[in-house]
Amino acid sequence: MEPIETHEHDVIVIGAGGAGLRAAIEASSHGASVGLVCKSLLGKAHTVMAEGGIAAALAHVDPQDGWQTHFRDTMKGGSFLNHWRMAQIHAQESPDRVRELEQWGALFDRTPDGRILQRAFGGHTWKRLAHVGDRTGLEMIRTLQDRGVHQGLEVFMECTISRLFKDGDRIAGALGYWRATGQFVLFRARAIVIATGGIGKAYAVTSNSWEYTGDGQALAYEAGAELIDMEFVQFHPTGMVWPPGVMGLLVTEGVRGEGGILRNSKGERFMWNYLPEARRHEYAADEGEARRWVEAAVAGKQTQDRRPPELSTRDNVSRAIYTEVREGRGSPHGGAFLDISYLPAERVKKKLPSMFHQFMELADVDITKAPMEVGPTTHYVMGGVRVDPDSAASTVPGLYAAGEAAAGLHGANRLGGNSLSDLVVFGRRAGLSAAQYAKALATSPTIPAGEIEAEQRDLLAPLERGSGESPYEVHRALQECMGRRVGIFRTQQDLERGVEELAALQARAGKVRVEGSRVYNPGWHLSRDLRNMLTVSEAVTRSAVLRKESRGAHSRLDFTAMDPALGKVNMCVTRKGGAMSVAPTPLPEMPAELRALFEEKS
Amino acid sequence: MSAGPVPVDAGTREVVLRVWRGDASGGREVEYRVPVETGMVVLDAVHWVQGHLAPDLAVRWNCKAAKCGSCSAEVNGKPALMCKSRMDQFAAGEPVTVRPMKTFPIIKDLVTDVSWNYEVNKRIPPFRPRPGADWRWQQSDVDRIQEFRMCIECFLCQDVCHVLRSHELKHEFAGPRFFVRIAGLEMHPMDGEDRSRFLKSEAGLGLCNITKCCSEVCPEHIHITDNAIIPLKERVVDRFYDPLKWLWRKITGK
Repeated sequence: MEPIETHEHDVIVIGAGGAGLRAAIEASSHGASVGLVCKSLLGKAHTVMAEGGIAAALAHVDPQDGWQTHFRDTMKGGSFLNHWRMAQIHAQESPDRVRELEQWGALFDRTPDGRILQRAFGGHTWKRLAHVGDRTGLEMIRTLQDRGVHQGLEVFMECTISRLFKDGDRIAGALGYWRATGQFVLFRARAIVIATGGIGKAYAVTSNSWEYTGDGQALAYEAGAELIDMEFVQFHPTGMVWPPGVMGLLVTEGVRGEGGILRNSKGERFMWNYLPEARRHEYAADEGEARRWVEAAVAGKQTQDRRPPELSTRDNVSRAIYTEVREGRGSPHGGAFLDISYLPAERVKKKLPSMFHQFMELADVDITKAPMEVGPTTHYVMGGVRVDPDSAASTVPGLYAAGEAAAGLHGANRLGGNSLSDLVVFGRRAGLSAAQYAKALATSPTIPAGEIEAEQRDLLAPLERGSGESPYEVHRALQECMGRRVGIFRTQQDLERGVEELAALQARAGKVRVEGSRVYNPGWHLSRDLRNMLTVSEAVTRSAVLRKESRGAHSRLDFTAMDPALGKVNMCVTRKGGAMSVAPTPLPEMPAELRALFEEKS
Repeated sequence: MSAGPVPVDAGTREVVLRVWRGDASGGREVEYRVPVETGMVVLDAVHWVQGHLAPDLAVRWNCKAAKCGSCSAEVNGKPALMCKSRMDQFAAGEPVTVRPMKTFPIIKDLVTDVSWNYEVNKRIPPFRPRPGADWRWQQSDVDRIQEFRMCIECFLCQDVCHVLRSHELKHEFAGPRFFVRIAGLEMHPMDGEDRSRFLKSEAGLGLCNITKCCSEVCPEHIHITDNAIIPLKERVVDRFYDPLKWLWRKITGK
């Protein structure tokens, strides 16, 4: 085997979105030498696409807000499958993390008295999302990027990690390759933070970029870590459905936060029909009340009026649109109409500038004059690496996870805006814990030499095969399978067939052939990413088989109600003897003082 | 209620896509016939080629929504984001040419080595809040510098700038992207850093002779020359060439 370029760091962070950057900044500020490895160029990670805002109970607009309400909203939004401690930490710490971003140079929109402005979002009781128009993620990633670069992080751009190594039971390093040259690179590390984001590319209609192939979840699983809640995949209700080239592209929830109305082809405002009875009292009773709420929001005034039904949780709105379309009341291209054109054009352009341009330039629709056509798109995975809430440690010593790649905060369904806050709250904690762990280790771990060579051989195999199908073919088949078998509505039969089809796809993926050289070869890159997508797809599907109920983003046509017994367990995925095993594990019990927050409310 | 404007499906047609293929040692345009659907953009066409005809065709992309600035290239000679270049803007029957950005060294096919930009960014004095600042400011303060912070780092302005493209002065000129970045920092309501010396010397602001090519290609429609570069030039002039201010600084030592 060729000699390998080798780097040694206390902490290696994989992924340079909000969570990875925040983890790297924190680890480095505690004296750890940090390497930050990312598949794309710095600043291109998915965080850059986040539009609506970052949820934090700053109580600048609605003074009634506080961490207890944010905690309660998050738990309710997640159908109580969240880890209560993560939801508590998140609600308590996100205001400080937002203020910290501001002190690092981020600019948020302002209230009339000069403080950070907050907007309404689905499932949040009060106006809670700090934002900058509809480009909050860009502001956040640029702020973190510059903070990190000037703090001396070593960044490895366009570098893909393909395997984690252990010394006994603890983390020892990782092997990757430079995408530009195809040359291997070895990272020796005392601790590793996984911040690789989600799994959306396992589905055809998705708001996710090519990077979202479940790398972190798969790497952690292969290293022996536990994954939980993988059955919960969030289908964002509003993706573009037309034209075909942009299908799945995200339409920010900010549109509904600013007053966007959903209608079907008959012109009916259908969301009222889909509000869960238990929460109906939280929403406007009729068009008049909803309109008054929007008018108050536009005027920046407090109101007793309740929010419009479009601001229900994402899982619920997705099912509603899907059902309207299935029952023949869809828009011409199979979606629903989302209308913001009744507001003054200037207001729309100011609060939703990138949506305005996106529709104007890609769909020839002027959203200040006409409704958008929208439908569900695969957006986010609530599941991921099981972590300790306080330290972000996985079940493997030295391995940490944060952001979308980790699980626990969001339970069965994530509220909009809770992702950006998740990144900075738990990114910081993961970086801190990894630095402390690395410092406390008496000796540097060593990587078993044979494993490095085995991984190199594995990586090169698709380039060396004389024949075989293209990885693109297998990827298309995988996306088709996941969309058909493991989509918004699921059944036992579909899911079981899905498991069988995935096994066949895994066999095909093991025999793909890639043309060309190792130099910037996307086909070769896909051949590896495909393995990760198949691993996480299997985890999603097998977990969904066992969850015989409907809860949050997981909707079963054959088990339409919630099962209280299943509300007490997470589906936990582990590797046993080379095969995937899934079993329920008990959810930690919420302490009495937090339980009381729900009792006094109802 | 009306269904809104529904684009008429033009049906599938075929377009000849000429993609530059090669590496640092050289290359050539290769023709591919691509079926075109309604609303398709150049990036879709490149992906179709990748998925069906040339799996090793190298191209950068991420968001497909003009938010990340990854898929910069030269489409029919014009620097553009491939995800924003609609196929239906080109005359039927005419081939569409896609080449990598010229200003940066080629890695492979449509991918160039843009790492120089990241090195420039490292040298810019970062955000430094004024001590004792009151962290309250008005929406108008945000609105004033929003424009600069919309930059998605596609580096198309760097690609088109003749100081970098023709004169290859990367060692003494930061380029429009970083003047936008510096403008965003300098006009931040809380920032207390003075970057005028950096602008004058290391960033080579004087080399820009305001031809506005950068503003024309910016996919975010940032008025790079008018709103970032010219005000920064004025700052440098004020700081270094205003005789009264020079005298004042001499006397007061500020």
